[in-house]
Amino acid sequence: MTQPLLVIENLYASVGGNEILRGVDLTVRAGEIHAIMGPNGSGKSTLAHVLAGRPGYSVTGGTVRYKGRDLLAMAPEERAREGVFLAFQYPVEIPGVSNVYFLKAAVNAVRKHRGLPEYDAIEFLSLVKQKAKLVEIDEDLIKRPVNEGFSGGEKKRNEIFQMALLDPSLAILDETDSGLDIDALRVVAGGVNELRSPERSMLVVTHYQRLLNSIVPDFLHVLVEGRIVLSGGKELALELEERGYAWLEKEPPVAAAAR
Amino acid sequence: MTPTALAESVFLPRPVEPAGETPWLVERRRRAFARFEELGFPTPHDESWRYTGIQAITGTPWTRTRGGFELAGPAPEGVRVHPLREALAQARTFFDRIVPEASAFSALNAALLDDAMVVEILPGAVVAEPVELVFRAGASAAGPVLYSPRLLVVAGERSEAAIVQTFEGGGGATFTNAVTEIDVAAGAVIEHTLLQRESREACHVHGLAAKQARGSRFTSVNVALGSALARTDLDVVLADEGAECALYGLFIGGGTQHLDVHTTIDHARPHCTSRELYKGILDGAARGVFHGKILVRPDAQKTDAVQTNKNLLLSRHALVNSTPALEILADDVKCRHGSTTGQLDAGALFYLRSRGIGEEAARSILTWAFAADVAERIRIPRVRAEVERELGLVLSGSPAEVTA
Repeated sequence: MTQPLLVIENLYASVGGNEILRGVDLTVRAGEIHAIMGPNGSGKSTLAHVLAGRPGYSVTGGTVRYKGRDLLAMAPEERAREGVFLAFQYPVEIPGVSNVYFLKAAVNAVRKHRGLPEYDAIEFLSLVKQKAKLVEIDEDLIKRPVNEGFSGGEKKRNEIFQMALLDPSLAILDETDSGLDIDALRVVAGGVNELRSPERSMLVVTHYQRLLNSIVPDFLHVLVEGRIVLSGGKELALELEERGYAWLEKEPPVAAAAR
Repeated sequence: MTPTALAESVFLPRPVEPAGETPWLVERRRRAFARFEELGFPTPHDESWRYTGIQAITGTPWTRTRGGFELAGPAPEGVRVHPLREALAQARTFFDRIVPEASAFSALNAALLDDAMVVEILPGAVVAEPVELVFRAGASAAGPVLYSPRLLVVAGERSEAAIVQTFEGGGGATFTNAVTEIDVAAGAVIEHTLLQRESREACHVHGLAAKQARGSRFTSVNVALGSALARTDLDVVLADEGAECALYGLFIGGGTQHLDVHTTIDHARPHCTSRELYKGILDGAARGVFHGKILVRPDAQKTDAVQTNKNLLLSRHALVNSTPALEILADDVKCRHGSTTGQLDAGALFYLRSRGIGEEAARSILTWAFAADVAERIRIPRVRAEVERELGLVLSGSPAEVTA
């Protein structure tokens, strides 16, 4: 069997002195979609940000290997250039910088790192048009300053659009469904599904089962108090929907995992 | 009077009376020098010099030298350029009348100037090409040198023109003590772009004043990048009804630079509008000072004034003093002001880096984004390019540019 894309072993991390992750183990192979569910405060978003390299999130134990390399030793931009992509729960507004400029800078930084020639304006715009159609994003949004004045749905769509342009090996979707109505969710999930491929793995972090109706995962993990307490197939989502998380929090993790 | 300030000064200016000077100018010089002696150099006890020490100026034995503005290229149609000596009676009407009388440095400029340049925009002329004026502060092997360049712009009724004024420097010990006066006649539309990029060793003091007649519009774009010590006083008087001014400014400092901007907008008459947006970007151990005064006189009902100052500190050692000062003596007015100082947003920085953009480039992009709403007011490509370079943009093109 080929080497896994991502191997997380016994990962501990804290934010502002509070220990949030307490021994996460997770292995993701090429092309797999893993969903991570869990109650609020269980560490789902922390895991997503630690993998993307957000400053202020300190890893206090464990290892993360990505494509066989030590992911934690890499700067955020290097992770991105190596194919790690985080779709933000709260995309940042950057007034004064047009989306197009930002995306061209990002795509060319990635291409340069991969030894590919940088796109000129014309090549880049044709790529933009092609990908915009794929994820159903309005071309007007692409011309505006980054996320400025975008609705919640537009911001999430812009994240998926960026993902389409940057063509990552590992896409981490951090609560991409939060704050979306059913139509917006359909469009965003449709975009994600368009980007599914045997070369691309995804880590879909969500609080609700709803998203997993549209983005069907291969595996599902439940994170409680900084540990994965239960793993299974997509059918686990329905059980969680029905029973909630409380039964997992009350039982000792070992017993839950042994079910 | 502050006699100690002069007594302790190493720099002791002497009055000059160049040969062949017209009698009215001789008289003006004498009066100006007397005024300077009366005022003395400002000290930290002077409210408007609280944050800006001038030891670099008073502690240096400057020698007066010749030098003034030069026109870059031929004068466009509708524009006449004369030396002050040859200028018409009209120049006499405005020279030394527009700058605030209280300034010691502007008095010293009038007392020591070699000559002034008078730019006349003919009434009704709509000048398509910008009028570009360049001053260059060159060092001298003989020692520290003082320049007193002076510019008088007389914009006739309903004229329209763009004036670009650049201060350059080649390094070494130089002190530029400049004065610019702009008279904007009724209905005239004048845009003034100022680029100060003297050497990082230079001292620079500039009194810039505009007086606006009825229904005139004055736009000022003030970009300060250079000098070790720079102080610009920008004073605009809205002297008659319906006058509008818009002041945009950007000061970008690093190292141990000290950049000080004092602006005053004097709403003297009713129904005038002023807009002001100044941004400071300070790195290293640089210090910035912004003081923005808006005076609304008792007669100036229906005044509409908005002032904003925002500053970005890129290092822990950089510092800025921002003091808005509103003095409102009329009761039926709309006046707002706001001031903020902060650092680059850590969340935005991570967002850019998480997309593969290197940290340095990400900082540049966000710094540019901070400056964007002022920078986009710079219509002169050369000046804009200068600002982009200063902001260290390593990427091609402007982040604000929409290419789609």
